[in-house]
Amino acid sequence: MQFSSKLIENAVGEIAKLPGIGQKTALRLVMHLLKAPEEQSEQLSKAIVKMRQDIKFCQKCHHISDEEVCNICQSPRRDGAIICVVEESQDVMAVENTAQYFGHYHVLGGVISPIEGIGPSTLKISELIHRIEKAKEEDEPIKEVILALSPTMEGDTTAFYLTKKLRAFEDLKITTIARGIPVGGELEYTDEVTLGRSIQARVSFAD
Amino acid sequence: MQKTIVVNRFVVGENNKKSLQSIHSFMFLFNIQLLNFKNYEELNMQFSPQINCLVGENGSGKTNLLDAIHYLSLAKSAFPGQDQQSIRHQEPFFSIRGEFRNEDRQHQVLCALQQGAKKVLRCDQVPYERLSDHVGRFPVVMMAPHDTDLIREGSEERRRFFDAIICQTDRNYLQWLMEYNGLLKQRNALLRQWQKNHMPADQDLLETYNIPLLDRAEKIARARISFLDQFEPLFQAHYQALSGGREEVSLRYRTEVLKEDFKEKFEQATEKDVVLGRTTMGVHRDDFRFLIGGHPVKRFGSQGQQKSFVVALKLSHFDLIHQQKGFKPILLLDDIFDKLDDQRMQHLLKMVAGHKFGQIFITDARPERTKGLVKEIDEEVKIFEIEKGGIQNKE
Repeated sequence: MQFSSKLIENAVGEIAKLPGIGQKTALRLVMHLLKAPEEQSEQLSKAIVKMRQDIKFCQKCHHISDEEVCNICQSPRRDGAIICVVEESQDVMAVENTAQYFGHYHVLGGVISPIEGIGPSTLKISELIHRIEKAKEEDEPIKEVILALSPTMEGDTTAFYLTKKLRAFEDLKITTIARGIPVGGELEYTDEVTLGRSIQARVSFAD
Repeated sequence: MQKTIVVNRFVVGENNKKSLQSIHSFMFLFNIQLLNFKNYEELNMQFSPQINCLVGENGSGKTNLLDAIHYLSLAKSAFPGQDQQSIRHQEPFFSIRGEFRNEDRQHQVLCALQQGAKKVLRCDQVPYERLSDHVGRFPVVMMAPHDTDLIREGSEERRRFFDAIICQTDRNYLQWLMEYNGLLKQRNALLRQWQKNHMPADQDLLETYNIPLLDRAEKIARARISFLDQFEPLFQAHYQALSGGREEVSLRYRTEVLKEDFKEKFEQATEKDVVLGRTTMGVHRDDFRFLIGGHPVKRFGSQGQQKSFVVALKLSHFDLIHQQKGFKPILLLDDIFDKLDDQRMQHLLKMVAGHKFGQIFITDARPERTKGLVKEIDEEVKIFEIEKGGIQNKE
């Protein structure tokens, strides 16, 4: 793409680095900012810089937070004996939106994938184990760990590895989220692997 | 400016009206349109549902036309190399369109590739989510001069050949193979990291990969064995017919995976795996052995025996598809007149004359020979003369 101005070119180049944004969309955003009052650009850049500088990760669960300990971990109404293990902070938000879960979280920061150079030490796995050990010492033991990882090969590998590590804790229940047909989905359009798995993992109709 | 290659059509033998029913009991390619595919700028052809002979000098593009049909069927070239190389020199894209007909239905298949983009495959305007969904709908079996590579080359060639056949008939197999390869890639990356950083192996992490890997390996090995049980009798029958029933041939699958102590051995190999930075045991190391009189055909088979061996493999593949799909795949015979001796040729022609095949495409550099051979056959024959003169290579 040809630009008449080096300044525009720089701005477009930076914005186009963001995921899901190509050159054309970037140019559209830049032209929009150019037309809008100057304050809007200032506010935007300030917000981004401040977000980047001041953002914290919860010391307990590693979820994005404004404080040292996030509001979920601080909340007295939540059950600290259950930990839901997820890959990223977005996943915490997704589970929160279900309004079906009232325990704590643990954000791993990814899944094990040696091809991409991500091993157990890159992730917050030892932190999870310390957390469970500490809770035990403080006589408030964790009762259940829910593994809510993506049903991909890497997600499965990570779940398997975690299970191996967590098995050492007696009386700790390890569960994983169910997999199957999405609610409101049509059976005939479900792919064979998912349908096959949900047949294998079928549940009693009673409840 | 439009440059079309010159195609002359002759219909040999007017008394070739077979019953309508037998024509319609198979699937065939009705026509093809090429744009910028290999040495063709533009080409439109309409085929016979029975025998199509492509004759012309070497380098005129006969094999390229077979490859275009291969693309329509399997979404890839019959030859190793990249798709990008199939785009005509200095053009931005290629496209192949073809209409397949079976019983009373017609299907328009489009396979196109733009430089630097992903390959597009559509059937009746609908794009496929996965290319593998298309594979097997309009099957072809190809015989080509380089087929004997299957015997001469390493075990990878043979695994690829059989894996492709098993995948077409067993959905689970494809899934297991994909999972196995994915796990293997990750495990190898892990081994390489440890090798590079001189780190001790993390046994827990290794086991995370070992357990599912061993599970898939066992499933794959069992599927391969049960496949051979089905395939070998077909193969032996064809070989006997081709060779006149003189030699004893067999197909053996060699694997360590199903041995009782495999898990132990696999784990013992860890140290070696770390040193080498790759997984040294598993189904990715297995081989299919081709035996003649109990000895490897690669070393003990004559040139002629080796050729009969691969022709019999291809014919068995043909039979297997026929059995499973209920219709005959399209047969692509690339330059086989030069490569087969009289006896084997006679056998093939006898099968053609006995209506054992469906639609056939044959290439030959010597038009007179082809015309002579097919004259005797009671099928509809179309002969296409492909001229190099009509094809412009802008170089």
